Amino acid sequence: MKAVQKNTVQKNKKKWDSIKLFLFILPFIILVLIFSYYPLYGWIYAFFDYKPPKPFSWDDFVGLKWFASLVESDVKIQQIGQVLLNTFVMSAITLGTSWLPMIFAVFMNELHSVPFRKVIQTVTTLPNFISWVMVYSIAFSMFNSTGMMNTLLTNLGVISEPILFLNQSGPGVWLTQWLWLTWKNLGWASIMYIAAISGIDNEMYEAAKVDGATRMKMIWYITIPSLLPTFFVLLMINIANFLNNGMEQYYVFQNAFNKENIQVLDLYVYNTAMGAGSYSVSVAISMLKSLVSLVLLFFANGASKLIRGESFL
Amino acid sequence: MARAKAKSNKIEERTPGDITMSVICYIVFFLCGLICIYPFYYIFINSISANDLSARGVILFWPQGVHLQNFVSALQIDGLGQSAYISVMRTVIGTICTVSASAFLGFMFTQEKMWHRKLWYRMVVATMYFNAGIIPWFLTMRNLGLTNNFWGYILPAIVSPFFIILTKTFVESVPKELQEAAEIDGAGILKIFFRIMLPVIKPIMATVAIFSAVNQWNAFQDTLLLVTDKKLYPLQFILYQYLNQASSLAGQSNSGGGTGSLAGLATSQTPTSIRMTITILVVIPIMLVYPIFQRYFVKGIMIGAVKG
Repeated sequence: MKAVQKNTVQKNKKKWDSIKLFLFILPFIILVLIFSYYPLYGWIYAFFDYKPPKPFSWDDFVGLKWFASLVESDVKIQQIGQVLLNTFVMSAITLGTSWLPMIFAVFMNELHSVPFRKVIQTVTTLPNFISWVMVYSIAFSMFNSTGMMNTLLTNLGVISEPILFLNQSGPGVWLTQWLWLTWKNLGWASIMYIAAISGIDNEMYEAAKVDGATRMKMIWYITIPSLLPTFFVLLMINIANFLNNGMEQYYVFQNAFNKENIQVLDLYVYNTAMGAGSYSVSVAISMLKSLVSLVLLFFANGASKLIRGESFL
Repeated sequence: MARAKAKSNKIEERTPGDITMSVICYIVFFLCGLICIYPFYYIFINSISANDLSARGVILFWPQGVHLQNFVSALQIDGLGQSAYISVMRTVIGTICTVSASAFLGFMFTQEKMWHRKLWYRMVVATMYFNAGIIPWFLTMRNLGLTNNFWGYILPAIVSPFFIILTKTFVESVPKELQEAAEIDGAGILKIFFRIMLPVIKPIMATVAIFSAVNQWNAFQDTLLLVTDKKLYPLQFILYQYLNQASSLAGQSNSGGGTGSLAGLATSQTPTSIRMTITILVVIPIMLVYPIFQRYFVKGIMIGAVKG
């Protein structure tokens, strides 16, 4: 009898201890609930006619009207289609070139001068740590009508009139934006691979050297295969983020000329709400985007489990 | 580690192919480095050159007519001091909050005895991959009274899943015996955290601190969404406004104060000089901390790579 009592007391104490641990993190869990989960409730705006400053009212229920409005007219379909095309193309270019950081790291490892390699690594990582506003500021300074590029081309006699690079329009915008993204991210993205390279067993290279392998052969048969698992995980994360280009880059670079080709989904959502004031439509698009992203995430995670036996969630 | 590796890789250049590869590598990486650093250099030399020359865009490689008047003038621009203050405050307060929370949560999420630990951990990590979208987020912030409010910069950033993963992974690498021994001595969980764990996890806290500080310093989107009160604009936002004005002017002509024949123009402000000077002022703090903390970035990303 006594033993049983003692047992329950101990059990209760254990239970209390474990809850006490939870109570310590409770304030933070509440923060997460407020800032990350409570906004999900905002999705209901997609089903209501919400037009600030008019306060939200339960009587303004409109059902799926806003979702239907996305495909109601040819103009609308064309507009959304263009936004989707921009998103797809820019994400596809990023996906298609996601091997670049790996190659960058592999060949950086072939630089034998340590000081030189360190300087290059430092310098190429730097752009990652400045904001998109800064990148735009740099772009503006270099490429406006009196910028370095125009001065240089004029001095060389290539052009007589300044080219307005930033007022570019048409599909070229996709490539330009990718170039800026690469300028900012390439060095940083390669650090992961540099870390992975330093973990490769040296004996493999020694053995290859004995067999008379050239450096190119060692890269091809040892370094790159060793990096493929890292590459694969990052590729899957990229796939999961296919629709999430973010808006900051495109927001700072957008102008009247490139607007048609630069509006990705995230920017379109922002412009629809904050520019045009259509909060409900914007939330509807955002909701669809989140749901599709979720499917992509599970797909990528599933693929990762299937191929590598490891999930990244 | 990386250094040791490359040294052992240093084999005699045996074939002409190997030598060619080396030469190409050096050239290509030199160009990559140049492309990355030249823009900063270009803006810097322009910000200290004679303003009439910089407005015409003739400063390409060397500064001409060096003067520091631009920096003096920039500090007198209305509102710039206030926005610098906001930038510094949000960076300092935001970083302190985020680092403390990440360290504590990273540690707590390793406590296997915690009630439904996995559930809470998953709940936090899920937010890294899934969110409601910026507009519902903005509407929530507005409902909470966090628009035009300094705390709108700080509170949402406190619990940050990526930083928690980094610290948790680091804490897991600390020998369990450390905590067990303290428990036997009767230390409570808080005491274990402050006395035992904090000193051990300092390296990862430095990594988180630097990431978080850079994030806060560079933040732009939250101001764009949440703030209309000029007093709360950080430097990034002020710079963006200058750029925006400048780009709408630039379409018309390149006349912007570029008639260099008049005396005194060398130090009078032009849109170009203001833009370049603010850019330098915003970049300098990053440039200063960056080389010092670079090893922490690398370490941080390596830990992150264990569980991305």
